[in-house]
Amino acid sequence: MSAIQDYRSRLSDPASRKLGTFSYLPPMSPERIRKQVEYLVARGWTPAIEHTEPDHARGSYWYMWKLPMFGELSVERVLAEAEACHKAHPGHHVRLIGYDRLRQTQGAAMVIHRGKPV
Amino acid sequence: MAAKTYLAGVKEYRQTYWEPDYQVKDTDLLACFKITPQPGVGREEAAAAVAAESSTGTWTTVWTDLLTDLEYYKGRAYRIEDVPGDPGSHYAFVAYPIDLFEEGSVVNVLTSLAGNVFGFKAIRALRLEDVRFPLAYVKTCGGPPHGIQAERDKLDKYGRPLLGCTIKPKLGLSAKNYGRAVYECLRGGLDFTKDDENVNSQPFMRWRDRFGFVAEAIAKSEAETGERKGHYLNVTAPTPEEMYKRAAFAKELGMPIVMHDFLTGGFCANTGLANWCRENGVLLHIHRAMHAVIDRDRHHGIHFRVLLKALRLSGGDHLHTGTVVGKLEGDRQATLGWIDLLRERFVKEDRSRGIFFDQDWGSMPGLFAVASGGIHVWHMPALLAIFGDDAVFQFGGGTLGHPWGNAAGAAANRIALEACVEARNQGRDLEREGTEILTGAARSSPELRAAMDTWKEVKFEFDTVDKLDVAQAA
Repeated sequence: MSAIQDYRSRLSDPASRKLGTFSYLPPMSPERIRKQVEYLVARGWTPAIEHTEPDHARGSYWYMWKLPMFGELSVERVLAEAEACHKAHPGHHVRLIGYDRLRQTQGAAMVIHRGKPV
Repeated sequence: MAAKTYLAGVKEYRQTYWEPDYQVKDTDLLACFKITPQPGVGREEAAAAVAAESSTGTWTTVWTDLLTDLEYYKGRAYRIEDVPGDPGSHYAFVAYPIDLFEEGSVVNVLTSLAGNVFGFKAIRALRLEDVRFPLAYVKTCGGPPHGIQAERDKLDKYGRPLLGCTIKPKLGLSAKNYGRAVYECLRGGLDFTKDDENVNSQPFMRWRDRFGFVAEAIAKSEAETGERKGHYLNVTAPTPEEMYKRAAFAKELGMPIVMHDFLTGGFCANTGLANWCRENGVLLHIHRAMHAVIDRDRHHGIHFRVLLKALRLSGGDHLHTGTVVGKLEGDRQATLGWIDLLRERFVKEDRSRGIFFDQDWGSMPGLFAVASGGIHVWHMPALLAIFGDDAVFQFGGGTLGHPWGNAAGAAANRIALEACVEARNQGRDLEREGTEILTGAARSSPELRAAMDTWKEVKFEFDTVDKLDVAQAA
């Protein structure tokens, strides 16, 4: 057994802040993000993009990027919208959502671009 | 119609309470009992006796029977079936008119269905296998204070199961040391920690002290991680007054969730607390101490699926369901059946999962299934495959027993969970590829690697005592 390691998480270190599902994994490559988009589209969920200043990441409401993409089945178009949102707001966190209207919840939610954490 | 006349004396139950031609009404409450009669007692007579003793009947005719319309009020046995592989027992199906039960009272329902009848001499053993609560009755009950969807929104957690940990040792820690264990788990990436069910307000740690230190642990871990956190503050208490006092203090501290033991505390206390939680915006975690006393014997008692349905009506936002894979009893098919009953809007009869009736829950919210007991990171792929997203996985020893401490143990669990969710969403087979998925995730997480090295060999391979009858017959 290897020697005991210290757990590196600090109030004073913004890198300790997490952002929900998948934020404990290393940042995803575009290919891995694409697979998650494929999943949520295949489930029949509505893709949506939202974003926020990192200072205000803790609230329930981030800014919607346009409207949820109702009926959108093209993974390419979803990824393109996420990219467009990121380009327009380069310092913001950008989150990909899959709205599950039948269960009235978000079936998927993951931050795919991180701004500078605070 | 001629008036009935009074004839004193003992009649066979089957003359009044066995009605094989009865057409079940949508509003009837239906029950399936497994009856093991005494030698010499016929199946129909035994079934009728159960129907009688759990509804309007007593052992002899009484003149006051004639002052009411027993045809309207009586329960009746309407069907008998063999129990697969068990010739000494049979299933009896009983229909009860809805007017026999007070609205919104699982206390009242269980007092009839699981009352004196269980001590009845003509019956050697009796088990309440399933109950169909008619939608008309479901609508009179409060049910979960919030339900799965509202809880996800309140906690801002989507697309994955939640993670918890019961703080150990379960008895003996001081309040400050206890809060330390909570803080370490939460900063490492768990969503919840939990009071052990035995923790109420003992001399070594009074509840008010515990609540205070836990609140500080939650506040700091939330600030540190940026995520919302909770600890199930156990408000199970000797009296309802004391229970409400503790719940009110939890709310005063801004705590998102409290906890209750619904069987030892009782359904009266549980329903009251659920109503309080709904009115006060506090989530309610339900533990099930004592359930195995009631539900484990295959011939006598109440099946867990009935206790679970009663709890969904009484109210709670989480309920322990067993893990299938850990240290506690739980058949896989039966567990899949009752987690559907916990979470879904409509559940169809499915004997292969031990479900005897269609159950329509109408608008009543579902609860999170809680898998807890003897589980660790190696179980994560199977747990996700079995339970899906609307569950809480609770690793007690599997967090606190990490060689580097709770925070590392928590991080290991969170990383393992997220890796499994990602893999599932990619279409990978969790139970076949579990080792590869975890090994891959451990490459970027020394915490997970250390957890995998620690628990690799732990297994719990005992046979299930409470098997499904169908499973045993096969």
